[in-house]
Amino acid sequence: MPDAVLQGERLAISRLLTEVENDTPAGQAALNQLFVHTGKAHLVGITGAPGTGKSSLVNQIALHYRKAEPPLKVAIVAVDPSSPFTGGAVLGDRVRMRELSGDSGVFIRSMATRGSLGGLAVATAGMAQVLDAAGFDVILIETVGAGQSEVEIVKLAHTVLVVDVPGLGDDVQAIKAGILEIADILVLNKADRPGVEAAERALLGMLKLGHPTKHLVQHHGKLEEVLAPADTAADDWLIPIRRTVATDSSGLPELLEMLGKHKAHLQQSGDWQRRERSRLHTQLQGLVQHTLMSQWRNQISDEEYSQALDKLVARELSPRQALQALLG
Amino acid sequence: MAEKKIRVLVGKPGLDGHDRGAKVIARALRDAGMEVIYTGLRQTPEMIAEATLQEDVDAVGLSILSGAHLTLVPRIIELIRANGQDDVRIFVGGIIPDEDVPKLRELGVDGIYGPGSPTHAIIDDIRKLVNQADQ
Ligand code: B12
Ligand SMILES: Nc1nc2c(ncn2[C@@H]2O[C@H](COP(=O)(O)OP(=O)(O)OP(=O)(O)O)[C@@H](O)[C@H]2O)c(=O)[nH]1
Ligand SMILES: [Mg+2]
Repeated sequence: MPDAVLQGERLAISRLLTEVENDTPAGQAALNQLFVHTGKAHLVGITGAPGTGKSSLVNQIALHYRKAEPPLKVAIVAVDPSSPFTGGAVLGDRVRMRELSGDSGVFIRSMATRGSLGGLAVATAGMAQVLDAAGFDVILIETVGAGQSEVEIVKLAHTVLVVDVPGLGDDVQAIKAGILEIADILVLNKADRPGVEAAERALLGMLKLGHPTKHLVQHHGKLEEVLAPADTAADDWLIPIRRTVATDSSGLPELLEMLGKHKAHLQQSGDWQRRERSRLHTQLQGLVQHTLMSQWRNQISDEEYSQALDKLVARELSPRQALQALLG
Repeated sequence: MAEKKIRVLVGKPGLDGHDRGAKVIARALRDAGMEVIYTGLRQTPEMIAEATLQEDVDAVGLSILSGAHLTLVPRIIELIRANGQDDVRIFVGGIIPDEDVPKLRELGVDGIYGPGSPTHAIIDDIRKLVNQADQ
């Protein structure tokens, strides 16, 4: 299977994605073999509130990469939420990507979160590795419609696009601060709608608060500029805002140019390596936790565990004392 | 190892805009714990076969109320098999006259459902046939 995947055979890629998604022994073994071939693709995350136009943007970004000279091969992983009650899901992002059909340089895969919270599924990282090894130059990862806590994407992608739209209102803007923090590029989509100017001003205002070289502070009711701390590096990335209309393609060439600039910035500043390291750190840590946890759980009987839990409930032990008791 | 999820593609090939049935089925399958990839309206047979390949689904459900099932269904099945997906199960729903049922069966359609078909029967059939294909 790994050989066929390296050759870019679509059925093999698709079947391996399923094995990896289901975390089967075959999937794990293939990932071991393919890992040496990963690390080349540009992983781009697309996140933002539900309905802001993420899928439509993914469609346009892919179309533009396909029209580039030379055309880049694009894989798309679109994540939608699983129902917490039934475990089922309706994965509808493809509806917006019909223009990409019939192009063998594009591969679209939908997946459900299967109980994960941060906006991605546990298997998303592994599936991106399969597509990376299969030779896709760019991997676009659409997260579930995110609020402020669905920020796992920042640990996976090299470049994160946060999509906002006009008319969501100032209150919502403030709530979204958490997700703005993870942006490398802010996309103001639906720029054909009224209220773009106001929305862009609001975004700029929030960006300036976190601006590394200039600070605006409220001082007796007035906004005042404060000089940057002396240790701010000159080559820091200043988060740009790009307006787009994903239903036609206005703003797309400019957005693609920014994506290229960010990639170049990551490579020149050494951040590409740093993000790579922190991504693999996250993955390794997750694996260690998961493995140690299940090893430990296998060593201990359900009875022992529930006895400790009983004592905890009866307040005979504190959580830390229970831990001591269980770890023996 | 995570529990094996049944993945189903629900598509509407052809040009008619009757999408209520497809949406009802998509929701019912989700509520039965399946993962449903919904492709939307006006899909060509090529688009459906391509999505079936990329999504590696266990079953494909086609909703056709336009009367064009005898041209669309054979083409879709042919394309899916040509991609090497021999064990993907095929289900068809919508307006299918009784005399066409044997023809579709002969083409390899696993289940055919007209107006008023109870969704629990559809769910049971999909579960049963997908699990058979897995063995
Ligand atoms: C509602 C309706 C419409 C609505 C559609 C709204 C929408 N967005 O869906 C509107 C008013 C837009 C419409 C328009 C037309 N309609 Co109309 N419409 C109907 C009607 C009355 C009900 C269909 C419906 O929604 N049923 C409810 C759903 C839940 O049922 P269902 O789709 O049958 O689905 C069930 C099963 O079939 C099955 N199923 C369906 N899909 C799938 C998929 C899978 C995978 C599985 C397992 C099962 C399954 O399970 C479902 C649950 O039981 C039918 C007549 C009828 N009684 O079926 C005519 C009918 C389908 N329409 C018809 C026609 C001719 C048209 C028009 C061409 C009329 C015209 N001359 O303008 C236009 C075409 C519009 C277009 N762009 O395509 C004809 C089709 C004739 C044919 N095929 O031979 C019908 C049969 C009426 C008739 N008796 O003549 N229509
Ligand atoms: N006017 C306008 N509508 C847009 C634009 N981009 C997307 N839309 C519409 O917005 C709606 C939602 O678009 P999607 O691309 O599905 O949004 P999404 O963020 O992927 O949605 P979820 O995945 O459900 O969170 C669709 O009806 C699109 O046609 C735009 O730039 N302008
Ligand atoms: Mg979407």
